[in-house]
Amino acid sequence: MKFGIIVFPGSNCDRDMMHALQDDLQQEVVMLWHKDNVLSMFTKDDCIVLPGGFSYGDYLRCGALARFSPMMEQVINFANNGGKVLGVCNGFQILCESGLLPGVLLQNDHQKFVCKNVFIKSENKENIIGKKVGGGILKIPVAHGEGRYFANAKTMEELKRNNQIVFRYCDENGEINFEANPNGAVSNVAGICNEGRNVFGMMPHPERATSNALNNIDGRLILEAFTHLN
Amino acid sequence: MPPRLNFLPLWLSTTIMQATMHTPQPATLEQAVKLGLREEEYEKIKEVLGRTPNFNEVAMYSVMWSEHCSYKNSITWLKTLPRDGERLLVKAGEENAGLVDIGDGWGCVFKIESHNHPSAIEPFQGAATGVGGIHRDIFTMGARPIAALNSLRFGKLDNPKTKWLLKGVVKGIGHYGNCFGVPTVGGEIYFEHCYQTNPLVNAMSVGVIQAGKMVSATSHGEGNPVFIVGASTGKDGIGGASFASADISENSAEQLPAVQVGDPFEEKKLLEACLEAVELNVLIGMQDMGAAGITCSTSEMSAKGEHGMIIHLDKVPTRQANMKVWEMLLSESQERMLIVVKKGREQEIEDLFKKWDIHCVQIGEVTKEPILRYYMHDELVAEVPAESLVLGGGAPIYEREYTEPKYFQEIKKFDANTIPVPADVADIAHQLVQLPNIASKRWVYEQYDSMVGTGNTHTNEPSDAAVVRVHGTQKALACTTDCNSRYVYADPYKGAMIAVSEAARNIVCSGGIPVAITNCLNFGNPYNPEVYYQFVHAIKGMGDACRKLGTPVTGGNVSFYNQSEDGPVYPTPTIGMVGVLDSVDDKMTMFFKNEGDVIYLLGTQRNDINCSEYLHHIVGISQSPAPHFDLEEEYRLQETIIQLNKAKLINSAHDLAEGGLFIALVESCMQKNTGFEITTDAAIRKDAYLFGEAQSRVIVSVSADRQQAFEAALGNQPFTKIGTVKADGHLRIDSSDWGHIRNWKKLYDEAIEKLLGV
Repeated sequence: MKFGIIVFPGSNCDRDMMHALQDDLQQEVVMLWHKDNVLSMFTKDDCIVLPGGFSYGDYLRCGALARFSPMMEQVINFANNGGKVLGVCNGFQILCESGLLPGVLLQNDHQKFVCKNVFIKSENKENIIGKKVGGGILKIPVAHGEGRYFANAKTMEELKRNNQIVFRYCDENGEINFEANPNGAVSNVAGICNEGRNVFGMMPHPERATSNALNNIDGRLILEAFTHLN
Repeated sequence: MPPRLNFLPLWLSTTIMQATMHTPQPATLEQAVKLGLREEEYEKIKEVLGRTPNFNEVAMYSVMWSEHCSYKNSITWLKTLPRDGERLLVKAGEENAGLVDIGDGWGCVFKIESHNHPSAIEPFQGAATGVGGIHRDIFTMGARPIAALNSLRFGKLDNPKTKWLLKGVVKGIGHYGNCFGVPTVGGEIYFEHCYQTNPLVNAMSVGVIQAGKMVSATSHGEGNPVFIVGASTGKDGIGGASFASADISENSAEQLPAVQVGDPFEEKKLLEACLEAVELNVLIGMQDMGAAGITCSTSEMSAKGEHGMIIHLDKVPTRQANMKVWEMLLSESQERMLIVVKKGREQEIEDLFKKWDIHCVQIGEVTKEPILRYYMHDELVAEVPAESLVLGGGAPIYEREYTEPKYFQEIKKFDANTIPVPADVADIAHQLVQLPNIASKRWVYEQYDSMVGTGNTHTNEPSDAAVVRVHGTQKALACTTDCNSRYVYADPYKGAMIAVSEAARNIVCSGGIPVAITNCLNFGNPYNPEVYYQFVHAIKGMGDACRKLGTPVTGGNVSFYNQSEDGPVYPTPTIGMVGVLDSVDDKMTMFFKNEGDVIYLLGTQRNDINCSEYLHHIVGISQSPAPHFDLEEEYRLQETIIQLNKAKLINSAHDLAEGGLFIALVESCMQKNTGFEITTDAAIRKDAYLFGEAQSRVIVSVSADRQQAFEAALGNQPFTKIGTVKADGHLRIDSSDWGHIRNWKKLYDEAIEKLLGV
């Protein structure tokens, strides 16, 4: 099992993801350049990660340009063939822009960038992350200006019915309420997966919470869900 | 091809130039003065060139000899600062930033710089490009920036313009830093009336580099190609360096084109491409283009390498058509670098930058003769000796007069005995915790990505300085910026010593060993003798403190002309300091941990309310002497804390700063919602005991069972056992319950948001 991390020119969490997976989880990692277009070395056992950052500067709309990169065509094929894909923050935005995940990420309701620790909890055990995390409350940082998840009522209904909501923002006691929502996301949604349960997107950064030196290892469970550490 | 002039003597090439150069007319004295040059400087240029300069050349001298680039009014005094130390691998002024050895084959490059005037008129772009510019100074040396800090000064927060400036500056810093992907790990913000028209925006970057990988800002090797890489050149920021070297006024907004526009995405690509270029081992030298753009980078690199250059301006990628020669020479368009490459390796560099979709165009080549020649469509449009433009070369140096400021007489008149001790100190405490200079800056720092890079340990477990680990090593850096400018105003010598000492104190309280400083010297107009007095004495104080604490100056920035119709700003010599932790596990945090831990105050409690937030903003006295400070006492305190850390005898350490003991205690309680029980000393006035800002004091908490070992380790260090940590969250002073920490925290956290009306 190995991870492939895609580096867009404005990615800035690619190295953090690499450190988390390589140094803290002892996983094999391959860095992939956005202009390359070969994922043939990856199998369904592997996981492609779209890291956080500002992909192409994101002056238009977050993730709007990245979806047209040569590599994303390959990622879409990889996902459609059942390969596992994880998008974090900007990676989540790219997955929504490219249609691999439903919904959009809008500007935060308070119109400001926000970086802080938030609490999230997994909604169900019907996917690999949920199974790993259980109902536990995790402290994971967010850092985004456009992280307000939104989908129309029909889509939200489907997400709920299919158990596709992976994480929701909660307070430290696990209560899901308005105060615990850092960006105004609909139903406090922090992360979702596709119907096939192989494509995951989340705004919080698990790779920022895998190290004892940073005094937070709550993110390990999330990343371990993709490995053989299950 | 243009005529080859390389080996011709200057007088002959000048003759040729006059023959071939049709457009640029000789510049008049009037034009030179308009560009900010003084009459004697214009005469000096004529002397250097042996002829009358043309307009392009005068424009180049006007920016290179501006205060911003030449340090002409400050360099004499800057040279008195200590610039030597066993850890210094590159000394102040030698490169774009200082380089300090942190051990294990790693170095740290760091620098602070001001972007005050652009931020005053266009806060978002002004602050954003300030951040971009300082990061470029770091990665142009081949280092990867791992932390950013900033030091900000604004007018009173109840003023609508201040709100606009604060929101814009914070958004600008966040916009650039967050996208660029370097965490903002610390900083400081003060609000004082004197900064109403002229806010201060000082940005600091800290980078790391492996030994032997440093790239110098130099150029040599005849025939080596010169490339411009990065963004296109536009008309933005033309004359920015000169703009920064004049007083700010109502008309300053008309100078809007002098403000640059930033593109953090371009800079992020440039960073990665430049660091990859270092690995190719094809670079002779590299320098970023900040102030004075092409002029500054070509002249400084050439002067350092004792060579010259031929530059073809028509090859420079431009953002708009028909840019004039002087506009291209002076443009301060951001995200550009000048690189000199080993001849024959051009293709490798071009391929690398193509990979990153960045312009990379050869615009000239290195010449043996140390003359800079600029061509436009084969026509020679400017020709000057490189050396004559730069600091340390031909740039002028002035010694200014200074006299003791008249306001000192007012300060000397202050008598604390005329201030009655308030009957209700708890009420004062409630006001104090909500003063903008003391209250939480949460509204600000949550807009900055403090965690990208997964190195900053501060967000999860705060300490007095931000502790940032260095990936690939066990080490961590402790970083801080400090300056209480009210103290400097009251006593420039002592105030500057306090600024250095507070920075070092923050670092030792975080488990680090202070290693060096960078400074950002924000003052008023140097031609005002009272302002220059502040400058000279602040430099003396800074030098003395740096020598005592073993923290040499690696470089920095001078920003004069911070004044408006209201007068000069408080003298604000901001100190950026870096310390080293050999292991990130050596980190000490600032918050109380366990019920029953004993709280000690290291240092001496004094009857001193001088210059405090309490006196200034609650009592309303703006003129009082600087608080008590003694350098020997400070040194001993810091040595004690270093020893206590080594012996693992303390559970927390937090220095006393604005708001004194009470605020330090409350801040120590916030992380874990703890409380405390303390007893005051009847011999000291209660307001001074709780809110006084006498220096060289730190509170530490110690496990109850280690008190004996702790006290034994203190030696001659004065200390007082003042109380214990309580898990119930209540603050008890002399048996009176001041309520739960949650209530205090709410006031502290929300004060600035309330004032901003958000």
